[in-house]
Amino acid sequence: MENKTFTISVYSENNVGLLNRISGIFLKRHINILSLNVSESEIENVSRFIIVVDTTEKWVQNIVGQIEKQIEVIKAFYHVDDETIFLENALFKIDSSLLFDERQIQNIIKESNSEIVTVSRKFFVISKSGRRSEIEEVHEKLKPFGIMQFVRSGRISVSKEPMEISTLLQELNINKY
Amino acid sequence: METTKISGAEAVIRCLLEEGANLVYGYPGGAIMPVYDELYKFQDQLHHVLVRHEQGAAHAAQGFARATGKVGVCIATSGPGATNLVTGIADAQIDSTPLVCITGQVGKHLLGSDAFQETDIIGISTPVTKWNYQITEAHEIPEIMAKAFYIARSGRPGPVLIDITKNAQFDLLDFSYTKCTDIRSYHPKPILNEEKVKDAAAIINKAKKPMIIFGQGIVLSEAEAELKALVEKAGIPAAWTILGLSALPTDHDLNVGMVGMHGNYGPNMLTNECDVLIALGMRFDDRVTGNLQTYAKQAKVLHFEIDPAEIDKNVKSEVAVLADLKDALTALLPLIEKKSHTEWHNEFKRHYDIELEAVINEELAPTNGKGISMGETIEMINKHSHADAIMVSDVGQHQMFTCRYSKFNQTKSNVTSGGLGTMGFALPAAIGAKMGRPDREVVAVIGDGGFQMNIQELGTINQTKVPVKIVVLNNEFLGMVRQWQELFFDNRYASTVMVNPNFCAIAEGYYIKARKVTKREELDEAVAEMMASKEAYFLEVMVEKENNVFPMIPTGASVSDIRLS
Repeated sequence: MENKTFTISVYSENNVGLLNRISGIFLKRHINILSLNVSESEIENVSRFIIVVDTTEKWVQNIVGQIEKQIEVIKAFYHVDDETIFLENALFKIDSSLLFDERQIQNIIKESNSEIVTVSRKFFVISKSGRRSEIEEVHEKLKPFGIMQFVRSGRISVSKEPMEISTLLQELNINKY
Repeated sequence: METTKISGAEAVIRCLLEEGANLVYGYPGGAIMPVYDELYKFQDQLHHVLVRHEQGAAHAAQGFARATGKVGVCIATSGPGATNLVTGIADAQIDSTPLVCITGQVGKHLLGSDAFQETDIIGISTPVTKWNYQITEAHEIPEIMAKAFYIARSGRPGPVLIDITKNAQFDLLDFSYTKCTDIRSYHPKPILNEEKVKDAAAIINKAKKPMIIFGQGIVLSEAEAELKALVEKAGIPAAWTILGLSALPTDHDLNVGMVGMHGNYGPNMLTNECDVLIALGMRFDDRVTGNLQTYAKQAKVLHFEIDPAEIDKNVKSEVAVLADLKDALTALLPLIEKKSHTEWHNEFKRHYDIELEAVINEELAPTNGKGISMGETIEMINKHSHADAIMVSDVGQHQMFTCRYSKFNQTKSNVTSGGLGTMGFALPAAIGAKMGRPDREVVAVIGDGGFQMNIQELGTINQTKVPVKIVVLNNEFLGMVRQWQELFFDNRYASTVMVNPNFCAIAEGYYIKARKVTKREELDEAVAEMMASKEAYFLEVMVEKENNVFPMIPTGASVSDIRLS
């Protein structure tokens, strides 16, 4: 079975220690997490993990099964890239003098649909959202001018198909009473 | 609801009593002292067994749980007390044994400061617990304890660890207790899909050569009667995994023996010949399947299982019925046609005869002046226990002989460390099993290696006077490793020779009746004496030094490559 990029989405209760349990599932199988993002989800008090891995479908099924088995996990899903809308965000911190001395930088910002987040006397910050390749392209273009700091977020993604978590939670509540 | 202000430590005890736990195993220490102080107060309601090592506490709680079907409870202090539990917890996790383990922790203000006897037991135990939680405030105790018991016993059972900081044990709370029956994100019992049951029934009804493999799921869901009814109605030969043993009486005509590495010849060979393989509450462990590439490829696999993560994990199923086994079999039974697969069943008998000739006869009655065999010792225990004892085995050759040759009339009678293979398990587990089932005879069968891994629990037996029977099969070797060295490492016996102490003197040192048998002629009478004893009894049997367990499927080989010698 060939390796593919999978985006695993985990809806869970917001509990201390769950991240440790989930990361352990990958550790045990020697699977490297390419990107990890945890945030609130669309449902109050429900967290959402977005985990990106490069592995086979067999392994990802197995992993999702093990993740769902954790007590605090409500539901886990996995998708290939075609089934999701996804992006990452990156910040570039650059010396302020370059903004005025190097006209090319302003062109790069404009052409790549990046944004200037802040400008101070010493530095300015560019934010770029998009696919990994688009961010890398901007990175390559800015590199020759000198980047003081660079950081990229984990992938965030929403699926094209509905994930039905709200319905599931509703059903659970109905079953409860 | 009425509440009263009590300390966190008292709340812990009251929670245990609310859950019906009146027998706990443990070892005191600094960070758990408030709980022990309350134990002193509640000693007429809650019996605490002082073990000699926390690993013993975990295994004793496991033995109790396996023999009774209830949740086992153990208590330890922080730091080394907590880490000493870990082996038992890992064993319970892989064998789906319900445990609640309570550990003390340094005060909340000291957490993360590398304080005296502080360890991150939550971090350490995370990969080997079904759930764990650190309580830092007294008011959390009732809710978390209730969750702990619910999680440990429901669905696929497992161990839960609750770590309680010392301040939470001292602080006061308004106590009221409500049992946990529901957790939003946790669905222990999948809802039975009737369509899948119909699909499975249709395949079973059409099968020409069906075969059942049953595992511990039968025991955990108490579906023994349904299993027997299915086997008899459909006339299907049924084989067991090591943890499924005793769920169907050993002498049942359709009980065809054990599958796996040291299982019986017939069920292993015929796994690769059956047309329908019905897996009931078992998880296709690698010790059962051998090489997955060649495992039951010709068969339609019907997998009845409670844990969704086990479906298609190792073996792809034609139909998966995801449910509690008892519910699933109850729904399946009326859909099954009455049949007898006589010719197919005879295949198992033919294979058994081959195994009898090649292995079993010689094992049970050795010829050519050989020493006492492990198999004949087990046979002797069967004779004097009338196949009615709870057999607790450790890990190694003696374990395989015990599981292969023990006879069982009743369920929950085979207590052994399956998935983790933990040496040192049997002595403390036997203590727990006997305390949980004082009405039954409990015999621990242990090798000379494993016995020395938790030998200190003889002290617990001495103090509690629990009347367990201990049989050490002494071959002065780490026998299973030695067997592998002989077969796969050119007879290079690296570090497997054991120079042993005088075991009987040690047992007698703990005031336990002891006897050593070196000759075959003494065995019958010695086992009779042991079984007749009202007290704990230690029997050392010197067995043939270089005996091997056969049949055997070498690691990575196919089940049908099973070797008889």
